[in-house]
Amino acid sequence: MIYLKEIMLFLGLLLISCHSSALEFKQVQTSESTVTFDYKQMGVPLNGKFNKFSAQVAFDPAKLATAQARLDIEVASIDTGSADGDDAVVGKLWFNAKSFPAASFISTGLKSLGGNRYEAMGKLSVKGKTLDVVAPVTFQANGNRGVFDGGFTIKRLDYAIGEGEWTDLGTVANEIPIKFHIVVNATPGKK
Amino acid sequence: MSTNVERYTHTAIALHWLIALLIFIAFPLGLYMSDLKLSPTKLQLFSYHKWIGVTVFLLAVGRIVWRATHRPPALPDSIPRLQQFASHIVHGFLYALLFAVPISGWLMSSAKGFKTVLFGIIPLPDLLEKDKELGKLLEIVHQSLNYFLLLLVVLHVAALIKHRFIDRDDVLTRMLPGGKHA
Ligand code: HEM
Repeated sequence: MIYLKEIMLFLGLLLISCHSSALEFKQVQTSESTVTFDYKQMGVPLNGKFNKFSAQVAFDPAKLATAQARLDIEVASIDTGSADGDDAVVGKLWFNAKSFPAASFISTGLKSLGGNRYEAMGKLSVKGKTLDVVAPVTFQANGNRGVFDGGFTIKRLDYAIGEGEWTDLGTVANEIPIKFHIVVNATPGKK
Repeated sequence: MSTNVERYTHTAIALHWLIALLIFIAFPLGLYMSDLKLSPTKLQLFSYHKWIGVTVFLLAVGRIVWRATHRPPALPDSIPRLQQFASHIVHGFLYALLFAVPISGWLMSSAKGFKTVLFGIIPLPDLLEKDKELGKLLEIVHQSLNYFLLLLVVLHVAALIKHRFIDRDDVLTRMLPGGKHA
């Protein structure tokens, strides 16, 4: 219900763009895509990833105004690099995956920075909180295959990721750089 | 140099007791921290344990260099040959463990995917790739070497008690701080 408007808009835009665009990238290859993150614990750099997520993308380099992207992440699929950590972070104090099973990014706009570089604006929702994020993105097309690489850094406490004793930033740092690598194929033969 | 080689040098004594102190902290800390459930305290204690352990390793390097360049005082002739030999064996293993224990801990951390960052500032290189099975194996190695260390320390202390209270010789006092050194 909350996203109904977006979805309608998305579908509408899809319809429009399908008719006019020569090459639109919108078939996300989830198995080739990754969503990873870095974190720091007692000064030790570590990284992890989300194993399950889905993405919808509609991107035509010639029509940035109609570009759309949406990423839904199953937070319980997290891999923090240690089994101990995985068990802990789905719990109440971290992601509270029972009450908030999904985190999502929904794009609100895309701006060209020249060449293959773009800036994606969007809303990131985690654990019931939604905040604006801005992500520099590069897009590399090779025939029908396109690859988005980008990332942004969140402050975990902005989303209450780590409550109670875990608000201590000396042990687990606040900054969490998130990186995404999304492979999207173009629908062939339009127009 | 001096005519009196009865006592260890101040440097050797300082290194000996500093290392002993750090091991007496690192050992129980290692036992205690492993069983904690994940919390900021656990993460802190793990790091402190690693930092202390790496410091022991660095001091041990200093100690070996010092040992190689400064002959320790000979054991008094009153001690039977076999006992002298036994003490050399025990000391040799203790030296080896001053390296083997921290190195096994460091390798284990790398294999488990945790880089060791000394004092939270100086990253040590990872000699091993992340490998879960190898990590588990090295945990057992670290543990076993530690129990071997404990056994040798018990022997070491037992011998010194015997020397002090049964033989009443000076092998303990020559490693104690505060004595006069030529
Ligand atoms: C003087 C040096 C050291 C001593 C005496 C020592 C002693 C111990 C002991 C007694 C344990 C508990 C073993 C058990 O579970 O029964 C332990 C665990 C551990 N040590 Fe050390 N250690 C030393 C150095 C290091 C170093 C240098 C590192 C890493 C850089 C390290 C990493 C660890 C880790 C990660 C554990 C926990 C294993 C686990 O439960 O996951 N140790 N240590």
